[in-house]
Amino acid sequence: MNQDIFVIIEHLRGQVADISYVMLAAAHELAQNTGGKVEAVLLGQNVQGLAGNLAADQVLSVEHPALADFTSDAYIKAVAGLTVEHQPRAVLFGHTSVGMDVASGLSAHLGLPLVGSVRYFESGGKFVSQICGGKIMAEGELPAPTALITLVPGGYKPEQGQSAQPPQVTQVAAPALDGLRVTLKQYIEPEAGDVDIAKEPLLIAVGRGIQTQDNISLADDLAQALGGVVCASRPVVDQGWLPTSRLVGKSGKAVKPKVYLAIGISGAPEHAEAITGSNVIVAINTDAAAPIFNIAKYGTITDLFDLVPVLTDKVREAKGG
Amino acid sequence: MNIVVPVKLVPDLVEELTIDASGAALDTMWLRLIINEFDDHATEQAILLKERSGGQVTIITPNAEGVDDMLFAASARGADRLIKLVGDFENGVNNHALARTLATTIKDLQPDLVLTGVQAHNDLDGSLGPLLAEYLGMPYTGYVSGVIVNGDKAIVRKEFPGGLIAELELKLPAVLGIQAAEQPPRYVAISKVRQAMKTATLEEMDAPGLNPDGGPTIGRMFQPEAAEKAEMISGNADVVADRLIGIFKELGVL
Ligand SMILES: Cc1cc2nc3c(=O)[nH]c(=O)nc-3n(C[C@H](O)[C@H](O)[C@H](O)COP(=O)(O)OP(=O)(O)OC[C@H]3O[C@@H](n4cnc5c(N)ncnc54)[C@H](O)[C@@H]3O)c2cc1C
Ligand SMILES: Nc1ncnc2c1ncn2[C@@H]1O[C@H](COP(=O)(O)O)[C@@H](O)[C@H]1O
Repeated sequence: MNQDIFVIIEHLRGQVADISYVMLAAAHELAQNTGGKVEAVLLGQNVQGLAGNLAADQVLSVEHPALADFTSDAYIKAVAGLTVEHQPRAVLFGHTSVGMDVASGLSAHLGLPLVGSVRYFESGGKFVSQICGGKIMAEGELPAPTALITLVPGGYKPEQGQSAQPPQVTQVAAPALDGLRVTLKQYIEPEAGDVDIAKEPLLIAVGRGIQTQDNISLADDLAQALGGVVCASRPVVDQGWLPTSRLVGKSGKAVKPKVYLAIGISGAPEHAEAITGSNVIVAINTDAAAPIFNIAKYGTITDLFDLVPVLTDKVREAKGG
Repeated sequence: MNIVVPVKLVPDLVEELTIDASGAALDTMWLRLIINEFDDHATEQAILLKERSGGQVTIITPNAEGVDDMLFAASARGADRLIKLVGDFENGVNNHALARTLATTIKDLQPDLVLTGVQAHNDLDGSLGPLLAEYLGMPYTGYVSGVIVNGDKAIVRKEFPGGLIAELELKLPAVLGIQAAEQPPRYVAISKVRQAMKTATLEEMDAPGLNPDGGPTIGRMFQPEAAEKAEMISGNADVVADRLIGIFKELGVL
């Protein structure tokens, strides 16, 4: 075993995902404690060009046609091969659509311990995970021999994992990637939608607290009065009350408006990660312990059904008068 | 087609969560448990598949307070078999332990598809689905929001950020981590659940020797502290609305 930290770089269709840089930043923190190096692992086909700004001591590049697009099967085999050969102290994955498909399977496959939802490492090397919708943090010692980690965003800034100095890239032969049971058929592009919420300066966001489809009109009215655009959390979109193009969060869009008014949204990590670029977050939520108040600048626990209609009237008054 | 849906209960996040005297676990005393939201979607997806092409849906869950009601509700929605795993679950088990014991039981059920929720909010050692897949020797794909079964293959829609979808083909049998069913989980009338209580059978199966190897040990739990807590505006709706108007004006959006 050695003390190096492996980071499985997440990339999709020629673009390195922000979580990869966040992982590199976390890996440096951890490596300081273990005394090892930070090694970025780049799996794919013709992906060496993605290595340029990775803040790593070395990039291990594994090229294979079966890795051209992400599938859990091929990734598990490829990472298993590297892990067994190099025995790093930890392997970091994103707590994402990519990393979560791989890390747990690998844990069972290799009999290695796994820690999920890690947000940051403490200076002593302990992990701190974020669970229960962001309401609880859990701390512990990094398990041995090789700890598999899935990392959530928020603990480090992507810029901390970027470097102006291109890292050294080492080609590594891919292990046998046969007997694969998962194959990509095609990508289906997201629906464009009538507005791009990522570019809107004023967003009125509704969450499960809105209760029914009919109540969406409360947000519509306020948005119309203020000149903003309505968007939503996942449960609202899953109900079909608003289209996917209005989804804010991990599976939707990241937004950075001047003002983000969150109505009946708890601020779960999968939602919160996509709104921290907002200039000012204002939250209306009856639960004083809702995590949204940890990132909002202004908040109120007034019931949305009491407050929103009154607020809309007053906005209209202010605009009219 | 034989579909198995492992379901677990998780703390209701609307309730206050407190940490117990050990300092390293949630206080279960006042914890209200509800079905994991994504397991609810997995159940719905299983029933939709059965309605489209026939088959049997089996719900399987570790025993805990409240699971009977959850199982009867699943039956009222269309589940055929309801299995309660009986073992030492009172103080909670991690997903590695749960996956090992579930794999043993599920293997005997010879499923074509196992649908789990993509994650549970209290997972600390990875999500259940991919662990289960590995112990069962099946392929796994998570973040799934659409499934079509075609002979011995499943075509699934896997979500990536920003609304991009990958259509993937998996050889069956397979385990899928369901993010969202193709339709929102259906509502069932209480009367139908009551009916299920009278007619449905709960099968009990033993889950001996739970082995948590592979999960981390938690030294301490704590509630996160905000770097800067929101400035809270109190008062009645009128007062709060006035203050918000003022804030909107300050910020130049009104
Ligand atoms: C892989 C994955 C990806 C995900 N991607 C996303 C994503 O892209 N976007 C996203 O949003 N979520 C996403 N989620 C879901 C996320 O985990 C949360 O479940 C979701 O964000 C919760 O939405 P919510 O805040 O609207 O609902 P809840 O968490 O149920 O919160 C509702 C809030 O409304 C408040 N409320 C209720 N009634 C009132 C009232 N009358 N007045 C005021 N307040 C009230 C409650 O106090 C509560 O805090 C994802 C989850 C997973 C597992
Ligand atoms: N290729 C696919 N893979 C998985 N799910 C699909 C696919 N096509 C459609 N669906 C789902 O099946 C349902 C019916 O779709 P359709 O047959 O396209 O009308 C929709 O709710 C989709 O989410």
